[in-house]
Amino acid sequence: MAIIELKHVAYQVKNKHILQNVSFTVQKNDFLTLVGPSGAGKSTILKLIANLMNPSAGEIRYHNKNINEFDPIAYRRQVSYCFQQPSLFGKTVKDNLLFPYQIRKKEADQNHLVDLLNRVDLENDFLDKEITALSGGEKQRIALIRNLVFLPEVLLLDEVTTGLDENSKAIVHQLIKAVHEQGITIIQVTHDQSEIKTANNIVQIKKGGVQL
Amino acid sequence: MKNVVVSNWSLVLAFALVLVSIAISAKEKLGLTKDILISVIRAIIQLVVIGFVLKFIFHVNALWLTLVSTLVIIFNASWNAYERDPNPHRKLLDSIIAEAVGTYVTLGVLIFSGVIKPIPMQVIPITGMIAGNEMVAVGLCYKALNDSFHDLREQLLEKLALGSDIKMASMLILRRSIKTAMQPTIDSAKTVGLVNLPGMMSGLIFAGVNPVYAIKYQIMITFMLLSATGLGAVISVYLAYKNYFNERMQLRD
Repeated sequence: MAIIELKHVAYQVKNKHILQNVSFTVQKNDFLTLVGPSGAGKSTILKLIANLMNPSAGEIRYHNKNINEFDPIAYRRQVSYCFQQPSLFGKTVKDNLLFPYQIRKKEADQNHLVDLLNRVDLENDFLDKEITALSGGEKQRIALIRNLVFLPEVLLLDEVTTGLDENSKAIVHQLIKAVHEQGITIIQVTHDQSEIKTANNIVQIKKGGVQL
Repeated sequence: MKNVVVSNWSLVLAFALVLVSIAISAKEKLGLTKDILISVIRAIIQLVVIGFVLKFIFHVNALWLTLVSTLVIIFNASWNAYERDPNPHRKLLDSIIAEAVGTYVTLGVLIFSGVIKPIPMQVIPITGMIAGNEMVAVGLCYKALNDSFHDLREQLLEKLALGSDIKMASMLILRRSIKTAMQPTIDSAKTVGLVNLPGMMSGLIFAGVNPVYAIKYQIMITFMLLSATGLGAVISVYLAYKNYFNERMQLRD
């Protein structure tokens, strides 16, 4: 069953064409990887799917409906985008992990947060750690579990392991694999060969187009 | 009143002070000579016109004319604040609402508490003071909003991507902008009397009023400006931040 579908999507800024005529389909529980040269527009595709930008032509469909027919807040909670270089906000790790609860006006579940921390190999007391004291790998792990406090239906990963050490990379890979096994659809952008191999579907993006 | 009469000859001599600015501009090659001359000529014409207009309004002493005068002041202040907004998607109505609510609420409290009388001689100068200070605060708000939306763009996008509404996503920016707008008024309230003797108080002292009575008015002005800039800043920020987003709650370029 198609969960995400791009139909002749184009994106341009002023007169510069970033994407042209991009079409592909993502099935439910797919693990799809977008590969291609830098500047081909892979991150742009993820941002368009996340509805953080609008395509200049074509359409993106989610469950067979144009994504613009959904409430953007509800949609982004189901199709969650994790940034390449995440910026953590507030003072502590807790501020970041509480944010998904705050925006849903829900009581925080401390045990769930601790469980998430443990899944990315971080101790319980990390909740109170100041974000300025975190390493790059720790920041990326916190950002990733921030997207997973409430499980989305589709997880968009934009080179989330770039610049991480091998240990952090392995932890992130393990979490992504586990999340996928829980039934989450994954669409990732990566240049990492080992990550490309884990995908069950690959879409090659060329300058201004798409090649399956 | 004899103390506050300035002769035309004295004004001409005082013009020498403008020549000092022009000389500095010329010597330092600032290229401001034309601007200085235009600003001085504009100031003279505007003040002469407003002097006669006020004389007429005070003479007619009608409530409707007073109200129209306050509307003109508010519109001019709103237009100037709007012009300071660097956002290309700015809306004049946001500035008008912020200026009008801030000015009329503050003015209303002053009139109903009996601090000032609803006569043009008191309402118009006070409206000018309120709207003028609010104009600066609202302009600062717009600038701070624009800077913060630029500096915190990535963080904002992350919050939107997590499924936040635009208000929650922008909360840090809103607080920062309101603080920036109110800070000069708060700083000025802290140093009033120590660093500067403000216009209202100086004017009363010039006119021969006992300084002990003059400070009462200045205290009232301090309260008034804190209220007006606070209201103006909050209203303008909460209206103007929405202009940074499109209908799909996406950040505009």
